[in-house]
Amino acid sequence: MTASQSRRPGLTERLLDVHNLKVHFQVSDRTIRAVDGVDFHVRPAECVGIVGESGSGKSTLVRAVSRLMPNLRINELSGDLRFEGRHILEMSERDLRALRRSHGFSMIFQDPLGYLNPTHRVGRQIAEALSPQGKGRPDGQRVHSLLQEVGFSDPKSVAHSFPHELSGGMRQRVMIAIALASDPKLLFADEPTTALDATVQLQVLQTLYRIHKERNMAVVIITHDLGVVAELCDRVYVMQTGKVVETADTVDLFERPKHSYSARLIELSAHRVDFRSAAP
Amino acid sequence: MLRYILQRALYALPLMLVIIVVMFTLLHLIPGDPVQALVGDYPVPPAYRQAIEEKYRLNDPFLTQVWNYVTAVVQGDFGYSYQNQRPVLSLILERAPRTILLASVGFAFAIPLGMAIGVITGTTRSSTTDKIWTTSALIAYAIPTFWLGQLLVMFFALRLGWFPTQGIGPLVSRAHGFDWILERGRYLALPALAFAIHEGMRFARIMRASVIDTLSQGYIITARSKGLTRGQIIRRHVLRNSSLPLVTVAGYAFGSALSGAVLLETVFTWPGLGLLMVDSIRLRDNLTVVGVVIFSAVAVVLMNLLVDILYAMLDPRIRTGG
Repeated sequence: MTASQSRRPGLTERLLDVHNLKVHFQVSDRTIRAVDGVDFHVRPAECVGIVGESGSGKSTLVRAVSRLMPNLRINELSGDLRFEGRHILEMSERDLRALRRSHGFSMIFQDPLGYLNPTHRVGRQIAEALSPQGKGRPDGQRVHSLLQEVGFSDPKSVAHSFPHELSGGMRQRVMIAIALASDPKLLFADEPTTALDATVQLQVLQTLYRIHKERNMAVVIITHDLGVVAELCDRVYVMQTGKVVETADTVDLFERPKHSYSARLIELSAHRVDFRSAAP
Repeated sequence: MLRYILQRALYALPLMLVIIVVMFTLLHLIPGDPVQALVGDYPVPPAYRQAIEEKYRLNDPFLTQVWNYVTAVVQGDFGYSYQNQRPVLSLILERAPRTILLASVGFAFAIPLGMAIGVITGTTRSSTTDKIWTTSALIAYAIPTFWLGQLLVMFFALRLGWFPTQGIGPLVSRAHGFDWILERGRYLALPALAFAIHEGMRFARIMRASVIDTLSQGYIITARSKGLTRGQIIRRHVLRNSSLPLVTVAGYAFGSALSGAVLLETVFTWPGLGLLMVDSIRLRDNLTVVGVVIFSAVAVVLMNLLVDILYAMLDPRIRTGG
């Protein structure tokens, strides 16, 4: 943790700054307050965890921040959201696309199979993220180097595969490669390992952690697994029913949880795996 | 891929055989005495009856007759049409190209039309654009083709005089080359348009549902997070993936269209298989009816085969998984 601190451009600088974010959905005649007045920020090159059980609003939070909202009736979407000082919610589609295409933020998801197009080869899907104009070559050098970066020793054959021909862990690596194509400053990882086998989870997290360090890229990990948070994240936000109930440095949270909900989450997460020491 | 195609083709063979057997059995079950039908309203002389029964082997056991019919059909012998005084096969071969032409041109317009409306309405779901297009498409689909055909004739042929009212071409034509195609095209235009509107609206509804489903998939969110524009997402990720159900429906529809759009062919006096079928039923020309039905059934089976192959080409999961 000290290592990552020393590499930060400045402790007070904020890459992402969110104030009083509210996301309310209309489901039939009820209003769901998925996110209800959340403050949260991410510093450059920092790893932040957002924990909470299903339905606590953590996924909606990052979807709203990255402006990738699901197709539900949104009643209210408000707040002061800034990425590098620019207001995200007021940004035009064009500016938003530019931000997604280069040096902005990217996202990876829980279910990599559903988030890859089944009818396109992997190489093409990565090339498309490199150059949305469609000029990127699916078997080009940049595609191969991205695949190598996420841990594939045989990028050529992976680039030529269809998503269904790969394993779950391989697919998630491909998702990471797609996310890295835009050279983002911030990567949102929405439950990146929930759908994977335990051993594969470890490998994917190791890859994620290594890239986070090598690229000095900020990462926001959403998870209900405190073990992941304990090993990866510098700071943690604990969410419950659409609100942040506690925020702390990871070490502090585990040693002195202030909120009873956090204490219970820690109690419940028994297993902790050390994957910082293991080579990816 | 080749292996897959051969496998599918192999499955189709027994199916066609069953179709032929079933059709012959149905023909056999049709009430009435074929010899009496030949003679008409007149008592059949016993000697004549015996001669006919021997000539056409009508007293053979049923299974023998089935076998004879199947082997005949396989060799291309569908029997003889007494009403038209010529072999059934030559009748079908004369009529089929006209029906195939009408269906092909109709589909060539119906598919892009349906896809375009489906994408427009699916991507603008619940908007005014969607409502206007969806309602119009539903109304157009609900209009029966024969009435739609009549409306087109009344407006474009009778009032504006742009197109002939019926038929497949002029009785005497002196046109050659490109002019000939243009002349024939004028006759084809209205029935093909009626066909295209009706089928196109059906395709539009299927395409719309499929587009909406595709848009809810995760890879669309991935595409958005890549920074793709709306147009790029629709072209690269929505079009192909939502065409899959359309391939199935259009393929089957084309298969059944090959048996002749009976109503349309009647309205436009388009001498295709549909009209042949109607006339043969009216004249009790059973062998011709069965011949047309077998031809149509084979067409449907072949189209299904084509759909399977197209499907595998469009969706890589089927190629390796199936």
